Amino acid sequence: MKISNDDKIKMLWEMMRIRQFEERAGELYVAGIITGALHASNGQEAVPVGVIMNLKEDDYLQSSHRGHGHVLAKGGEFKPMMAELFGKITGYCKGRGGSMHFAYVEKNILGTNGIVGGGIPIAAGVGYSIVYKGTNQMVACFLGDGAANTGAFHEGINFAAVVNAPVLFVIENNQWAISVPRKWSDRLVDLSKRAAAYGILGETVDGNDVLAVYEAANKAVKEIRAGNGPVLLECKTYRWKGHHAGEPASLQYRDPKEVEAWLKKCPIKKLEKALLEEKIISEAEIEEMTKKIEQELDEAVEFAKKSPLPEAASLHDHLYV
Amino acid sequence: MRTITYSEAIHESIDYNMEKDETVFNLGEDIGVLGGGFRATHDLYEKYGRKRVLDTPLSEIAIVGAAIGAALGGLRPIPEIMYIDFTPGCMDMIVNQMAKIHFMFGGQIKVPMVLRTVCGAAGYNAAQHSQSMYPFFVHTPGLIVVTPSTPYDAKGLLNTSIADDNPVIFMEHKRLYTSKGEVPEEFYTIPFGKADVKREGDDLTIVATHALVHDALALAEEMEKEGTSIEVIDPRTLVPFDKETIFKSVEKTNKLIVADESILSCGMASEISAIVAEEMFDYLDKPIIRVASPNCHCPFSMPLEDAYIPGKEELKEAIAKVL
Repeated sequence: MKISNDDKIKMLWEMMRIRQFEERAGELYVAGIITGALHASNGQEAVPVGVIMNLKEDDYLQSSHRGHGHVLAKGGEFKPMMAELFGKITGYCKGRGGSMHFAYVEKNILGTNGIVGGGIPIAAGVGYSIVYKGTNQMVACFLGDGAANTGAFHEGINFAAVVNAPVLFVIENNQWAISVPRKWSDRLVDLSKRAAAYGILGETVDGNDVLAVYEAANKAVKEIRAGNGPVLLECKTYRWKGHHAGEPASLQYRDPKEVEAWLKKCPIKKLEKALLEEKIISEAEIEEMTKKIEQELDEAVEFAKKSPLPEAASLHDHLYV
Repeated sequence: MRTITYSEAIHESIDYNMEKDETVFNLGEDIGVLGGGFRATHDLYEKYGRKRVLDTPLSEIAIVGAAIGAALGGLRPIPEIMYIDFTPGCMDMIVNQMAKIHFMFGGQIKVPMVLRTVCGAAGYNAAQHSQSMYPFFVHTPGLIVVTPSTPYDAKGLLNTSIADDNPVIFMEHKRLYTSKGEVPEEFYTIPFGKADVKREGDDLTIVATHALVHDALALAEEMEKEGTSIEVIDPRTLVPFDKETIFKSVEKTNKLIVADESILSCGMASEISAIVAEEMFDYLDKPIIRVASPNCHCPFSMPLEDAYIPGKEELKEAIAKVL
């Protein structure tokens, strides 16, 4: 399919924003400035960007525990995200959520989720609300390969299929469920085969090729918007970092050669290379983009640092309406 | 005033709210064509259609999860889980999602939904269809937990629940569905966190929930003739909990029995006893006595189920201890 140069540059920009955000957050975590759980998505940037560029402003996002990238691609901004990671009241969730519970309802970002698979049935229900109201919206629901073996996956996708909910379920297959490899999780080569079990369309795509992801998602979104129900899209990618930012480097459950091989398949480098070859962008322009993002991140960190922490007396706030 | 059953009262509230508000809909197993295991949603499928009375796959995780999603999408879902015994299978949706989303997201979005489910032992349904495990939900901040004991309370509290923007667990009781009581035809609400003094008395306070309210009332009636005056209080909602009404009563009677069908250990009777003991110790003449289901599974066989269900006999024994 024809993708405009502007869109390709936007894809690069969005992926770079995610990568640089993750890198900065990781540094702040190691420095002890950010606390709690932090699940980085370095290396997986093509998936959120390729999928979400097909969505409209009022479409919904349901994300996973590894969700920074999804939130950023759907319009999340550095300042309130960084402030949330700092536990500050200027964060999206006023410091109540942190990395695992980012939500930005104004942009229909209905949350990352600390429970693996937890967002899947919820996405099905958001999808049903769209059917119910008869609007032309849809939901993109991101999950990992680990989530594909939860009961929530089965019940959620089956429910969505039965009520013909407009939901794109995206399996971000990063090959590892914490320390458990694919081969110990199930016997499938392509997780998208599971779609057949629910009577819906399924496809597997190279998750490190943003153009391929964009194209596959575009096709899926067309099906969904045409009223043909949910689609299951598997994007094969790789988790560069440990399961979480605090995972000691000494933990060696993966073959370093495997990691090395995937590092060479960097989705950002891949697109950069193509855009440079096609002379759509120059090295200098990429450099400029990197700097701009770094500067924005500096400002976000500054904003987060200066923002106030919540008062202890506000502990019970937002427990009930 | 006209008299209707507990089941009819629930049905009337759902029907009224569906008529009034297009966003109210039901989803669950066998609630549509069949009309619900206890008839609470009968004929609504015919009246409103599948869209608003949605028979779902046998998937409790999906029922609660989809209800949460629909609430986030701007609807006011009423999911039904056929028996409370089936909620452990979807506990993640209830405890980690439904109860927490509003809080975790810093108040950005509401989750207005009423999860209706059924508790109580009745009819020899054995260990997996007889439980009253709602203390799990009381133990989960962020949820409202409602336990109506009469048709009047059921209708009024369900009206309040459907209008409320918080996630509500609406606990219906099996032995009460066919019980009758006076219920106004018009719309009314009963506020959360307001206990009802079902009977006034001076010698002893019994705080009771659900079916045990009726056991306590029957016993109070009998004992009145023997000259013992018993006050019976129904908290009606376990979260929020109206401790003031109970404290006031204990100040007067100085004796307390707490009767609730959940299991004794970490059960509702234990929780209420602790609340009173902590703040009203000086007013108590005798130890608080708990009447609850024993620390045992509900068995199938008739004499065993009868031995399991707390009721008038257990209350009598408790009264003998405090008087």
